[in-house]
Amino acid sequence: MQSRAHEFKQRSQAALLDPELKRAMGKAKGGFQQKRRIAIDALPEFEALRHAAREIKEHTLHHLDYYLERYEQAVHATGGQVHWASTTEEAREIILKICRDAGARRVTKGKSMVGEEMAINEALEQSGFEPVETDLGEYIIQLANEPPSHIIAPAVHKTKNQITDLFHAHHQKYGLTDRVTEVAAIVNEARTVLREKFLSADVGITGANFLIAETGSSIIVTNEGNGDLTNTLPRVHIVTAGIEKVIPTLEDVSTILRLLARSATGQEMSVYTTFSTGPKRSGDLDGPGEYHVVLLDNGRSQMLGNEFHEMLRCIRCGACMNHCPVYQSVGGHAYGWVYPGPMGSVLTPLMVGLDKSFDLPNACTLNGRCKEVCPMSIPLPDMLRKLRERGHEQRLSPPRVRVGLRLWAYFAKRPKLYRLATRMGMAVLGRLGRRRGRFRRLPFAGGWTDARDLPAPHGVTFQAALKARGVRK
Amino acid sequence: MGLFVTCLVDLFRPNVGFAAIKLLEDAGCAVSVPETQTCCGQPAYNSGDAPDARDIARQVIAAFEEFDYVVGPSGSCMGMIRTHYPQMFPTDAIWRGRADRVAEKSYELFSFLRDVLGVDDIDARFEETVTYHDSCSGLRELGVKVQPRALLEKVGGLSLKEMTESEVCCGFGGTFCVKYPKISERMVADKVQCITESGATTLLGGDLGCLLNMAGRLKREQSPVKVYHAAEVLAGLTDVPPIGDPE
Repeated sequence: MQSRAHEFKQRSQAALLDPELKRAMGKAKGGFQQKRRIAIDALPEFEALRHAAREIKEHTLHHLDYYLERYEQAVHATGGQVHWASTTEEAREIILKICRDAGARRVTKGKSMVGEEMAINEALEQSGFEPVETDLGEYIIQLANEPPSHIIAPAVHKTKNQITDLFHAHHQKYGLTDRVTEVAAIVNEARTVLREKFLSADVGITGANFLIAETGSSIIVTNEGNGDLTNTLPRVHIVTAGIEKVIPTLEDVSTILRLLARSATGQEMSVYTTFSTGPKRSGDLDGPGEYHVVLLDNGRSQMLGNEFHEMLRCIRCGACMNHCPVYQSVGGHAYGWVYPGPMGSVLTPLMVGLDKSFDLPNACTLNGRCKEVCPMSIPLPDMLRKLRERGHEQRLSPPRVRVGLRLWAYFAKRPKLYRLATRMGMAVLGRLGRRRGRFRRLPFAGGWTDARDLPAPHGVTFQAALKARGVRK
Repeated sequence: MGLFVTCLVDLFRPNVGFAAIKLLEDAGCAVSVPETQTCCGQPAYNSGDAPDARDIARQVIAAFEEFDYVVGPSGSCMGMIRTHYPQMFPTDAIWRGRADRVAEKSYELFSFLRDVLGVDDIDARFEETVTYHDSCSGLRELGVKVQPRALLEKVGGLSLKEMTESEVCCGFGGTFCVKYPKISERMVADKVQCITESGATTLLGGDLGCLLNMAGRLKREQSPVKVYHAAEVLAGLTDVPPIGDPE
């Protein structure tokens, strides 16, 4: 997907002015947070599980080469094929070739963020295939021709009315001419349209929440059952996954599964947890004739060896964005690429370049709520700060900020000078602001006073006042 | 013990510094205020300027290492000293050691009063319904949550009415609020709505940065809600105008 993360400032400001977005986000936020809270309060071993999951992931990442090779062998043993892609271009080419070789026309898709990384829908369309998203949220945004704005709730930014309008505009060609406004009717209409697509698809592409090294299985967790229809009905099943998705054993994955849905939607388990292992065997009633796995690197192996390796523990639950006040204010599209919110503000700079996404790690108050709720204990604020350090070293911050910072640091490192300067400065501000107690406008402080008044200082600094009282040093 | 005043208290609201001294002295501490302190270095640290942040950290460490305790009226600054200073010298064993030793004895004011000194007696009156904002760093880096409430409970005439989402960031975030003013504005406006809906007449908190932000927004919206640092209320030093109000 083409990154527009460099437009964060403009996009976030536009988002803040969108009343529909505000309504949609406000509605979703409370639900996500409250349901997670209830699910976790009901699980006394949450912290222990969190610790165990972290250990499993750390162990796997430290031996990632080994587990990836084991996984590949296991997939081969079941009759499937594994394809390795360093870049999104390579991954696209591999998938297009599989589709061409299969003589495919229609391609159904389960939800896949890696699919978004490689913009597979556009590539399929340009090559004459018909990609159809089958996750309801993904289907909605495919109709709207928009990228997802949340990693587990891709259409969270849409209100019900907007979806009614979309369906009304796009479903007339199927003879569905009524405007459906009730949630159940909306879902039913999508179902009617998608049922036909499922039955006529040649290739099904799904993502993977986990890959199991010992069995060669891939696992998806879904709530709609669309994943099952995508990976069993077509002749060919393609699994797309990042290389960090591999987990050693089924036992290990059961530990992490207990955290995933609770952190994501507050469910104990999602409605479907689907394991797919290789193509259809003789005697199987259904399943694909071909089973392919496309493993994507796209910068992940770089992270493996550096200070960002903990980010590879991420299991894409979305808890960080559900609890991020910045994400809740501006929505996912402002971030400009596949992954929004705190995890996206770490991943995007590492995958598309910090120079093209400088604002993302900076547009954060470091309030730490994301780290608090992360089931994999990823120190997101520390990583955002590390990216800021990189940005500072690469001189990516605006010159005004750099000069201001240097000036401030010059004084902060010279206490006597600092004292003198602040005493004079505060005396002036104190005199100017005393009558009203605050400033509505102040030169060079527009960033502050555009949004709020600036409370006026007393006029005498604490250090000066203390000295005047002659008490102590 | 050494009082880390914090730059914002030093510049904007000395009364909070005097309140901290009074609370500590009432609890039997001998309080010193080193003159060589300026700021904890967060503006540099959180802007990615690690070298300047390290220089300022060294200055703070040198100024405070002689004391038995280092205490400050801010979860944010004390979180910086306590949790971040030790991470700032990964390749410098000597400064790492000095940072560790200062970090271990550094406390946010309310947690020091409660958790270390076990203060149970507060001699103050404040006839207001208050609501309390949990500033992020204090809450998540230092576990400051019950301590200020336990102390405020002892203030005569005061009643506490919790707001919803008291643990959600107010949108201050240090330089964040001026670098991304529009996002900050939405966040602080949401916060002000929670404060207003609580029905409290006074907003209290433990970090002046957040309080300046919220008071500034309350005043911008012409809200009658008064804003104080909780230390001022606990010390009975509320004879000065609330934050952002005229004399």
